[in-house]
Amino acid sequence: MSMTADVYDRRQDRRPWLKRLADASEPYLYSAPALILIIVVMLVPLVVGISYAFRDIQLLNPFSGGFIGLEHFETLSKDRAFYTALKNTLWWTGASVFLQFTFGLILALLLDKPFMGRGLIQALVFLPWAVPSFLAGLNWAWLFNPVIGPIPHWLFDLGLMSQPGNILSDPQYAMWGPIIANVWWGIPFFAITLLAALQSIPRDLYEAASIDGASWFQRFWSITLPFLAPTIAITVLLRTVWISNFADLIVVMTGGGPADRTQIVASYIFTQAFKALDFGYASAIALVLLVLLLAYSMLIILLRQTLLNKG
Amino acid sequence: MKTSLLPTIAHRLAILAYVVFALFPLYWLLKVSLTPNDLLYSEGVRMWPSRTTWEHYSFVLQHSAFPTFFKNSLIVSGSTAIIVTICASLSGYALSRFSFRAKYWIVGLMLLTQMFPLVMLVAPIFKILTPLGLTNSLTGLIVVYTAFNVPFATFLMQSFFDGIPKDLEEAAMIDGATKFTAFREIILPLTLPGIAATLGFVFTAAWSELLFALMLINGNNAATFPVGLLTFVSKFSVDFGQMMAAGVLALIPAALFFLLIQRYLVQGLTAGAVKG
Repeated sequence: MSMTADVYDRRQDRRPWLKRLADASEPYLYSAPALILIIVVMLVPLVVGISYAFRDIQLLNPFSGGFIGLEHFETLSKDRAFYTALKNTLWWTGASVFLQFTFGLILALLLDKPFMGRGLIQALVFLPWAVPSFLAGLNWAWLFNPVIGPIPHWLFDLGLMSQPGNILSDPQYAMWGPIIANVWWGIPFFAITLLAALQSIPRDLYEAASIDGASWFQRFWSITLPFLAPTIAITVLLRTVWISNFADLIVVMTGGGPADRTQIVASYIFTQAFKALDFGYASAIALVLLVLLLAYSMLIILLRQTLLNKG
Repeated sequence: MKTSLLPTIAHRLAILAYVVFALFPLYWLLKVSLTPNDLLYSEGVRMWPSRTTWEHYSFVLQHSAFPTFFKNSLIVSGSTAIIVTICASLSGYALSRFSFRAKYWIVGLMLLTQMFPLVMLVAPIFKILTPLGLTNSLTGLIVVYTAFNVPFATFLMQSFFDGIPKDLEEAAMIDGATKFTAFREIILPLTLPGIAATLGFVFTAAWSELLFALMLINGNNAATFPVGLLTFVSKFSVDFGQMMAAGVLALIPAALFFLLIQRYLVQGLTAGAVKG
């Protein structure tokens, strides 16, 4: 059926072939600049980077560059710093996403109620999102610095610290520094996305429920949450990948220290490339990270399929 | 519905707590940047110094390299925003209005670029740009940032084009206009708010980028603001007043663009939920 229609169409099409060619290539011409940029600046370096993982590439050593097979991966399997970074990445990502999401959801619920001055308040609480990440990192590093910042003194006054010290140089608690900065910086993202989803819920549902005598919690549980669920699922999943790759705050605030206690895999890759100038090893770690992230995404897709099949 | 007092008070208090948490770090930045050096340590935890001064700002503006960093960042972020917006308007229009064979491949490719860790590209991009003379140059940074921001901006522009009815350009084409004329004369002017939002998003992203700037730029001449500020911090880590004055200066353009795009945040973040 569709084939006869196609033949018929072609016979009807009396445009000259040059014009037909021009029409068919139009969308490609529109997309060409963007595509060329992406391929040349992202896809080619990605492939080159993967090849580096199997070569000895050190910037300061002119004799390096040879193919060394799996040697980097052997080193990597014995690299204690890498395993620490892997563990730290889980901790950093889990805590950041959980806290950003929880506080973001509460903020979205608070802003969903109309009140006087809501527009202004919204602009103020979303402002941290606009702060450049390097400045957010420096800003929080200064707040944690006992010389210049108030936080150590407050913690001391509350009796939580024996003396006003810097949390960022304390191996046991250092990771909390970047996590708190990340939560401060990331709450608006969740709040904005969830607020948009909240405002698309039909209002009469709530009215009907409260006429039937449903409590606030019942309404939240059986109306709000089911409506938000798809948005929550997609933002949390994508955000997890994004935050596990987000090294700016850690590079700025602690540089991975003290004693690698705040080093995540992404900042470890950057340190290997930027400080040690060992591009081969950095690319090998990056390849492992890429495989782990792909595995995570596959897992999510599989999970989604099973849930959909059940429901 | 009856409004009871207690929940309202709790609601306002919770909002207040969020406002304080969001603004306090920025308030502290401003406070230290205005505190004279001799009061910095003696009045450490006070909420407001007994005397204020602009000396840190005048030092930063007159005797440091920060004006150069500021100019470099402005050039890089401005050019990136303009080039990205042009490319993304074209590709976003293609994705919104045409159905063609490679469309799903293009969307897939763009989604892929949002998923893999960009830090992977630090080393290869450095190696590729060095022989081309594009390290330590603003042009190199612009090329890299443009490519990084095009996929997100394309999705954003596509969502704005999707919001414009197709009949408009169909009517124009019946009147004899070519598709490109219809795009330029009818669709683009209607998307002006979307174009402004895209400019704002990309400008802010380029203004904040740190890792590639650190890797690709070496020395003061081509340093962008983040690179300059971090170098300054590691070199003169006791001049807190000056560092924070520089920090406030770095905040100004980002805050301005935030005000500009604030209304479009929801649409933008949902269109490119992949990116922050």
